[in-house]
Amino acid sequence: MSLQILLNFFLAGVWMFITDNFTPSGFAIGYLVGLLLVVMMRRFFSSRLYLYRIWAVISLFFLFLKELVLSSFAVFKLVIQPRLNIKPAIFELETELKQDWEITLLAALITLTPGTLVLGISDDQKKLYIHAIDFEDIEDAVSSIKNTFERAILEVSRS
Amino acid sequence: MIIISISVGVIFSVVTALGLIRLPDVYTRTHAASKSATLGVLGILTGTFLHFLLIEDHFNPQLIIAIAFLFITSPVSGHLIGRAAYMSGTELAKETVRDDMKILRKKTEDPK
Repeated sequence: MSLQILLNFFLAGVWMFITDNFTPSGFAIGYLVGLLLVVMMRRFFSSRLYLYRIWAVISLFFLFLKELVLSSFAVFKLVIQPRLNIKPAIFELETELKQDWEITLLAALITLTPGTLVLGISDDQKKLYIHAIDFEDIEDAVSSIKNTFERAILEVSRS
Repeated sequence: MIIISISVGVIFSVVTALGLIRLPDVYTRTHAASKSATLGVLGILTGTFLHFLLIEDHFNPQLIIAIAFLFITSPVSGHLIGRAAYMSGTELAKETVRDDMKILRKKTEDPK
C-alpha cells in the first residue's frame, strides 16, 4: 500500500521531468497520470488499491466526529436531568483485532462513544474491559456500535 | 457560524463542570470530563479559527493542529485516569456487573 503511494509520487516526478514543468500544477497532472498507471497495474500489487484504504480512513474519521457529538449530547442529557438514575457497570468485550495500533484506535473510539469508557486490556490483548455509565439500556446498542467500529477498523487494515 | 460554534463550546464546558459536581464516582466523572470537555474546547477553538479566517482574513494553522492534538489525546487521558483509579481506588454502590477486571486488579496487588 505504501509502495503504491511511493510509486505514484515517483511517477509524478517522472512526469515533471518529461514535460519540463516543475510547478505544483505539473505535479498534480503527473500525479493523476501516475494514478491512472497504478490503477492499470493493480494486478501486480499484493495489496488492494490504496484509494480504497484512504476512503476507509476518511469514513472512519467522520464516524469518529459523529460519535463525539452524540456522546457529548448523551452526557448533557444525563447531567441536566434532575435525578440521577444511572447504573454503572464494568463489562468485557472480546475483540478480534490483532495489531497494537488497531486496538489503540478501537479503545479511543470506544472511549468517545456515548456512555462507555475503556478501563483496561487483558494481558493477551483479546478482551477489553469497558466501564458503562448506564448498563441496562445500553448494552445492545453498545455492542452494535462496537461491531460498526470493529468493522470499520478491519476495513482499514484489510490488505 | 462563529457564534454557534463558540456558544456550543461554552455550553459543553459548563456541562462538563456540572457533571464533575453532580456525578457520584471517579469513573462517571471521567465520562463527563473526557467527552464533554473535548467537545467544549473543540467548539471554542473552531470558533476562534473561523473568526480569524472570515473576519481578519488570517489563516491560523496552529489552531487546526491544536484541534487534532486534542482529538488524539483526550480519550487516552480519560482511559489512563480511569485505569489508575481502578488499580488503586474504590467503587461506588449501584454497581451491577463486575467482570474479570477483578482478576487484573488482584494480579497487580500481589504479584507472584
